[in-house]
Amino acid sequence: MSRSRQDLPVAPFDPAGDVTEDFRDPATGDFRQETMIINMGPQHPSTHGVLRLLLELDGETIIRCKPVIGYLHTGIEKNTEYRSWVQGVTFVTRADYVAPFFNELAYCMAVERLLGVEVPERARIIRVLVCELNRVTSHLVAIATGGLELGAVSMMLYGLREREIIMDLFESITGLRMNHAYIRPGGVVMDLPEEAPRKLRDLLDILPGRIDEYETLLNDNPIWRERNAGVAVLSAERCMELGVTGPPLRSAGVALDLRKDEPYCGYETYDFDVITRTEGDAYARYRVRIDEMRESLKIAEQAFARLADMPGPVMIEDPKVGWQSKLSVGPDGIGNDPAYLDHIMEESMEALIHHFKMVTQGVSVPNGEVYVPVEAPRGELGMYVVSDGRNRPYRVKIRDPSFVNLQAVPDLVEGGLIADIIPAISSIDPVMGGVDR
Amino acid sequence: MPVERYEGVHLGTTPEEIEDDVERGVLLTTLDRAIGWARKQSMWPATFGLACCAIEMMATGAGQYDLSRWGMEVFRASPRQADLMIVSGRVSQKMAPALRRIYDQMADPKWVIAMGVCASAGGMFTNYAVVQGVDTIVPVDVYVPGCPPRPEMLMYGILTLQKKVRTEEPFK
Amino acid sequence: MSLAELAAAVATRFPDVVVTREEATVVVDRAEVLDALAWLRDEPGVQLDALSSLTATHWPDRDPAFWVVYELRSTALTQRLRLKVGVPDADQHVPSVTPLFPTANWHERETFDLFGLVFDGHPDLTRIVLPADWPDHPLRKDAPLGGVPTWFHGAFMPPIDERGMA
Repeated sequence: MSRSRQDLPVAPFDPAGDVTEDFRDPATGDFRQETMIINMGPQHPSTHGVLRLLLELDGETIIRCKPVIGYLHTGIEKNTEYRSWVQGVTFVTRADYVAPFFNELAYCMAVERLLGVEVPERARIIRVLVCELNRVTSHLVAIATGGLELGAVSMMLYGLREREIIMDLFESITGLRMNHAYIRPGGVVMDLPEEAPRKLRDLLDILPGRIDEYETLLNDNPIWRERNAGVAVLSAERCMELGVTGPPLRSAGVALDLRKDEPYCGYETYDFDVITRTEGDAYARYRVRIDEMRESLKIAEQAFARLADMPGPVMIEDPKVGWQSKLSVGPDGIGNDPAYLDHIMEESMEALIHHFKMVTQGVSVPNGEVYVPVEAPRGELGMYVVSDGRNRPYRVKIRDPSFVNLQAVPDLVEGGLIADIIPAISSIDPVMGGVDR
Repeated sequence: MPVERYEGVHLGTTPEEIEDDVERGVLLTTLDRAIGWARKQSMWPATFGLACCAIEMMATGAGQYDLSRWGMEVFRASPRQADLMIVSGRVSQKMAPALRRIYDQMADPKWVIAMGVCASAGGMFTNYAVVQGVDTIVPVDVYVPGCPPRPEMLMYGILTLQKKVRTEEPFK
Repeated sequence: MSLAELAAAVATRFPDVVVTREEATVVVDRAEVLDALAWLRDEPGVQLDALSSLTATHWPDRDPAFWVVYELRSTALTQRLRLKVGVPDADQHVPSVTPLFPTANWHERETFDLFGLVFDGHPDLTRIVLPADWPDHPLRKDAPLGGVPTWFHGAFMPPIDERGMA
């Protein structure tokens, strides 16, 4: 029986344990008396998940802030070492759960680079399409929850309403609303269903008008501007020092976007702009996200147009690599393609053996290590994957953008008022699943 | 059994058993029935969104799958004002004491829904970091499986809880 | 500059450069990590001024037992380089790179937390993703996966690392 935590000698857990050590006066060891130390989180309506902030306050001004993370640590990286390469997709997709396709994309691109294979062109277009739509849903969640926390409750309802339209499309394509495990090493699992083009067309027609609605609601709203403009300013040099990427970096004027700088999946052939602003405050980040949503819809439009002219397979043909799931609803109502079942059961013994080995053991990936960065909605999402030649990963490290961006919170918040913490954190838009993994 | 789990202060019964009880004439007075009805009418959930299931919980509370049909769109941040804790998402070992503390701070009567497989049984993460089922820490009334459960599934879980609340004895 | 040129430029100073799968990796001695990173940042044409990621891998049967991996990136010239430092099992210390790259702060804390490697010179080397009193370092290969055995009605499933999957 494996050792569980109960077997190990542990001290009783003290939530205020070591982390407050540096808030004490070094001379006496007591907490300073003129300031107040207050704990925000981990259960808090406005910290975007289970983030804990230790604040030292002088009145309402924050003198020191120390973020404490780890309340959502799930051991994803350790778990991938005990499962096959394809099963790793289902683990990795739950790291940054608001933008699951990006985790899958980075992981699958890393595995494909290790294998040395190319995915079919149609699969690349579908990957770009779903990733850009996922960028839209992720920004919608960011702006919706940001609005909710500042009191703009209608923004929450509008944002989630649009998100439902896109989630409906995701459900018809992948089968799930979230955490899809759709992008797998070798391509994507299934081709688009018949109703997807029509739904996609409706979506692309409706959404730009809805984004106009959000801009009308919030852009020149005096309360929104008052709470966000000039708040949580982060200069470009400080961003670069702290390793902050994504909308916070672009809102400070630095036009770094991995889709343009180090293109992948054919992004160099799509026509879109990199949105930057110069102020570097929370309002600038909000505007960057709104405009990025429009750019993503532009890319989705182009990808949709290309799909019509690019029929073909969506998973790599090599049976030793690709996931053989040619699913369609058969006469028994279950999703097993009768032609494929005939092939493996009746016609070809070799195909049956391949299918069996792929499903139970999975692909064996040659020795090596790769690092693949993609431009996730929150910044640079990198996947460092090490293989030692077996059918399981040896090490998967997720370089999550929120983990690095959250280091900037003390810089954003110290010297400001308590009420400014809320727009500061929601403009960074951390997703704690990615931070803690 | 390797892990001890809470049995549940509010013992669960399936909808069929509830109907049987009612037919047999469980001794619910009119006052009990009224209290049960009042309790289930507008339960206020505490904001306990942890991970992916929290996003689905937010979607359930939003416009399309509207929780305010049952008076539950009001997610109270303070546990003292809440009576329902929907544990939505994976509970890490570091978060477990905070979870228990929030549960203790809630005033009676209180109920717990374990939303998603991670809260119900540890989910796909059978490892060192995730608590293998939140019922090792707090007594759970309704388990809603799924990864994440669809909003309709969560609503069914909430309605099951409401049925349970309506038909149980209010003061034990 | 192209990848081959970058590898050649780096090899003039640190000869242990390998280029595979369109990525360049340089192995550097533990004692000269800070010098190497400063040289790579300041050398014209190389200019690797950003640290994307810092992590470690554990190879229990090999020497060195740990590899600390730095993913470097040049924002001006769009090129990347991986820098690896070997750490022996007997002396699990590495110089911290936070003076050069403040972004490494949390990365090093996480690597310490999950692997137990001590970064000398780090301003605040405490556990970050695990509780402060956690006894072991889970991402090492000799640490168990953990979790509890799963009971079904009348059946019993051992934890994943004991299930004997191929």
